[in-house]
Amino acid sequence: MTAIIRIENLQKKFGKNEAVKGISFDIPQGICFGLLGPNGAGKTTTVEMIEGIRRPSAGSVLYRGKPRDDDFYQQIGIQFQSTALMDFLTTREVLRLFSELYANPLPEQELIGLCQLSEFLDTYATRLSGGQRQRLLLAVALVNDPEVLFLDEPTTGLDPQARRNFWQLIKDVRHQGKTVVLTTHYMDEAELLCDQLVIMDQGRVIANGTPPQLLKQHFGYHYVCLDNSEVSIDLETLGKPYHRENGFLAIETESVEDTLNQLMSMNVSLGSLKVRNPTLDDLFLKLTGHHLRE
Amino acid sequence: MRKVYALWAARNREYYRDKASLFWSFLVTPFIVVVLAVAFSSDNREILKVGVLTQAGTDTRVFSDDPAIERIDYRDSELAMQRISHHQLDMLIKPGAVLTYWINPESASGLLLEKLLKAETSDHLDRQEISGQKVRYIDWVIPGILAMNMMFSGLWGVGYVIVRYRKNGVLKRLQATPLKSWQFITAQGLSRVIIMLSVTCLVFVACDLFLDFMMNGSYLLLLFIALLGSLSIMSISLLMAARTASEELANGLLNVVSFPMLLLSELWFSLDSAPQWLIYVSKMLPLTHIVHAARAVMLEGAGLAAISTNLLVLVVTSVVFLLAASLSFRWQVE
Repeated sequence: MTAIIRIENLQKKFGKNEAVKGISFDIPQGICFGLLGPNGAGKTTTVEMIEGIRRPSAGSVLYRGKPRDDDFYQQIGIQFQSTALMDFLTTREVLRLFSELYANPLPEQELIGLCQLSEFLDTYATRLSGGQRQRLLLAVALVNDPEVLFLDEPTTGLDPQARRNFWQLIKDVRHQGKTVVLTTHYMDEAELLCDQLVIMDQGRVIANGTPPQLLKQHFGYHYVCLDNSEVSIDLETLGKPYHRENGFLAIETESVEDTLNQLMSMNVSLGSLKVRNPTLDDLFLKLTGHHLRE
Repeated sequence: MRKVYALWAARNREYYRDKASLFWSFLVTPFIVVVLAVAFSSDNREILKVGVLTQAGTDTRVFSDDPAIERIDYRDSELAMQRISHHQLDMLIKPGAVLTYWINPESASGLLLEKLLKAETSDHLDRQEISGQKVRYIDWVIPGILAMNMMFSGLWGVGYVIVRYRKNGVLKRLQATPLKSWQFITAQGLSRVIIMLSVTCLVFVACDLFLDFMMNGSYLLLLFIALLGSLSIMSISLLMAARTASEELANGLLNVVSFPMLLLSELWFSLDSAPQWLIYVSKMLPLTHIVHAARAVMLEGAGLAAISTNLLVLVVTSVVFLLAASLSFRWQVE
């Protein structure tokens, strides 16, 4: 697939602290591309260097095979992780202000419909709820009908309902053929939305591929999970790797049936039994030794 | 221009929808002026003022020991005579073989001092008269108060707002658009200049209704001084805010700029009796030139030529500071 953005040896230093350590990857055109990693992994710094908001200490970013020029901002849209809008402007006025800053803005009604803004058009932007505010910021990012849409942790702080609504909006945008670059530390969000991922930790890319590819590449097993309180046997006698998560014991197994037979033969209660496939969080744990949320 | 207009309009909306800001700008300032006017309306001075034209090798001991008489040395005879004309100085003396003195015959204090002078010295005296309308303190101080209002509005209304935008991410959001920094600065500056001029005009009219202060010159010229003054003050503010990301630091910087102007630009009192070096410092401050030009127009009816030096200083400072602000401006500070 053609790369719309190519990142080569990108590095960022803040004093002695090297936040991004010479990373390289391609962002293919027309997909939802994710940067997944815990807080402090360097995702936001990386994406802000790609957007041209921060100057890299070294390395380059190519847009359609060329260095970015003044026209770059006409072709991209950005929703920052944290941003404020001017005080005392209504939703409609914010949209109109940003429309005026671009050469070819989308029609106002189209944006209002796409981002579901109609119910709070005349409300000051500073008085919107978290979900409404994120929808307005998405509309601002889409105001120029961008080729590439950058979304930095767009659902952080939203309630589950608002998150699900926002995910649907991102899918709608994605189906319009735009390239979406999404940074997130939510593995469910990445699994649901992203066609391709880079996983970052401590300023480095530690994995790159589609979610199914990555999981297939690193895992050939399932997890049999039981409530910690129901397992009193010596776990070493199972002869299988295991770890504990959220009050559960997760046993890695290539054959669920064999492991269940083994547990039953040891008189372990299976009342709390759950069998699950590995997730991106498991992948992250395997690659780094800690969870995404740590 | 479309981008500049859109930002300009947005900034104006932000301003006029902020009720607290409107209240402060349009009601509190005239209120302060009226309070000051009432406080200083008696114009009672407890001491008499005598100016002495200082020249090399000549001096006089006349009135040197009297605690009720303040002696002020003048090098600029034109300035000293203007003070006599406005009743701000009661007598001017030029020492020499014949002691020449000037008084305003309409000033009771001047006539009293003339009697005292004749009683104190046996020197030959040469009496000169300077006539002129009495300038009340409120007439003298009004240009200073209007200029002070402009200064605070310009410094905090632009610089502080930009720093707040930088801190809360508004600038970062705008940086991610095709907007250029000069377009942003122009929109902010234009918005504030128009606000400053509107507020100044309104305060001027409101104060004139209550106080009927002296206005001998051209209103158009006064507006032109206000325009150049606003640009000059605002450009300083833009420079202060070009790279500052902390509101506390911005506040400190703006105080560092505003306090010397507040004290040394002859807003509240004349620097006639101040040391020469302080007068030089005063002349380096844009606010001094705004106040001097406005006083010249309002009190003396001065024309464009008479205040051209003041205006030139305001133009030069505006251009230099705006250029420096544009070149050093950063959307974000890492």
